[in-house]
Amino acid sequence: MSDQIQAQPKTQPKTQAKIQLRDVAKSFGRKVVLDGIDLDVGVGESVVIIGGSGTGKSVMLKSILGILTPDRGSIKVDGQEVIGMSTADREEVNHQFGMLFQGAALFDSLPVWENVSFGLLAEKRCDRGEAKEIAIQKLAQVGMNADVADLMPAELSGGMQKRVGLARAIASDPKIIFFDEPTTGLDPIMADVINDLIVKVTREVGATALSITHDMASARKIANRIAMLYEGKIIWQGPVEDIDNSGNVHVDQFIHGRAEGPIQMAVRA
Amino acid sequence: MNPLQAIGRVFLKFLATTGRLVTFMASGISHAVRPPFYPRIIFRQMIDIGYYSLPVVGLTAVFAGMVLALQSYTGFSRFSAEGAIANVVVLSITRELGPVLAGLMVAGRIGASLAAEIGTMRVTEQIDALTTLSTNPMKYLVAPRLVAGIAMFPLLVLVADIIGVFGGYLVAVYKLGFNPANYLQNTWDFLTAEDVNSGLVKAAVFGFIVTLMGCYHGYNSKGGAQGVGRATTNAVVSASILILCSDYILTEMFFAK
Repeated sequence: MSDQIQAQPKTQPKTQAKIQLRDVAKSFGRKVVLDGIDLDVGVGESVVIIGGSGTGKSVMLKSILGILTPDRGSIKVDGQEVIGMSTADREEVNHQFGMLFQGAALFDSLPVWENVSFGLLAEKRCDRGEAKEIAIQKLAQVGMNADVADLMPAELSGGMQKRVGLARAIASDPKIIFFDEPTTGLDPIMADVINDLIVKVTREVGATALSITHDMASARKIANRIAMLYEGKIIWQGPVEDIDNSGNVHVDQFIHGRAEGPIQMAVRA
Repeated sequence: MNPLQAIGRVFLKFLATTGRLVTFMASGISHAVRPPFYPRIIFRQMIDIGYYSLPVVGLTAVFAGMVLALQSYTGFSRFSAEGAIANVVVLSITRELGPVLAGLMVAGRIGASLAAEIGTMRVTEQIDALTTLSTNPMKYLVAPRLVAGIAMFPLLVLVADIIGVFGGYLVAVYKLGFNPANYLQNTWDFLTAEDVNSGLVKAAVFGFIVTLMGCYHGYNSKGGAQGVGRATTNAVVSASILILCSDYILTEMFFAK
């Protein structure tokens, strides 16, 4: 299965997609999580993947980031195939990524400012003095003042940690930003603050954004385009305006949050 | 289930784990010798592994030396060989008890804390975050800890040797009534460089084992708090067993003639 090579489409789209997935599949043991995903994310576009818990949204994101290796398929970033790349090349590609993790994933042994400028220091783009200045600047961009720079992540609330995570994701001016359930675990007002910040900072940085969420309010706010993942496949995608008239029963059930419908939640694992 | 099937499954699992461990080890070593290096992290780990382990290693060593003097006195006085106590104490401490006891104590202290720290980083996605921030987690997390372990264990054992011999001296002089000058002279006369060196080589190997096990189990932990707990237990148990096994092998290499 894993050595099956997929033929590439011969015709290239007019404008090259920033991220292109073709027939990406990943299984864990017998459990098929991704079952042939095709997705294009255009330059400067904000695409949101929606879907229930356990439908493989995170696995898809981690495959693009190179944290997981898909069993088959092709993932291209700027037209360059990233699957099977050498570690050094992979790191080069990852330079243009920023990622906001679900739980913020701040390094709890480092103060806030070192968290924010971690990528800059790792790439040796500046010395520690400059890095702190940049960190404070990025914190200001997400609405935090300079006082927090010297705090440890454990001293911050969940919403503040998310904002620091966001500052870290944009610190190295990434071309592509990934958001993994950016509003999960936040109260509705803080969730909206984060949504606004995401829209603002991606616009400011001019980045392409790929988010995964199951929060429809968040999806409507940050997306240009929405795609729905169900049973390891993209079952619908279209502009955010069309989401209410998708004509897809699965999508309708999901966006209205109904227990009754074609999607049956696995109550027993 | 067929018993043969069960044996086969266990054996295959053992081989798979060994393979994963060896790959992890090779990757850790290769990252430890190639730049970029993280001197700041290496230094912090050295303090944590070396300096903060001193009390526990010192206490272990002093009591080991004391009990050794006491026990060998009980045995040797039966055939009037009390004079050999200094010899027994210094050889046992430098060759065996210093490295092994220090290794086991630090395996509990450092192996557990490494596994818990790295395991928590794994389950809270901090290790994934490193990858997205152009930092190789093997290089940033594992390599500095391996280097610090290999560097600091011999120093710890050197301290343990001195304190252990001192423990024996305390009991011999103040409880068993030996002449202090004679006891020290005997200790010094019997000691050879090879005794100490072999202990220090053992210590470096144990340092590698403890940090490797802590990192490996932490790095591969999964399943939340319970997974981290399991990783911590596995790190300490596997490090302790490997210390005892490799101790035998190293002793065989050094002293079997």
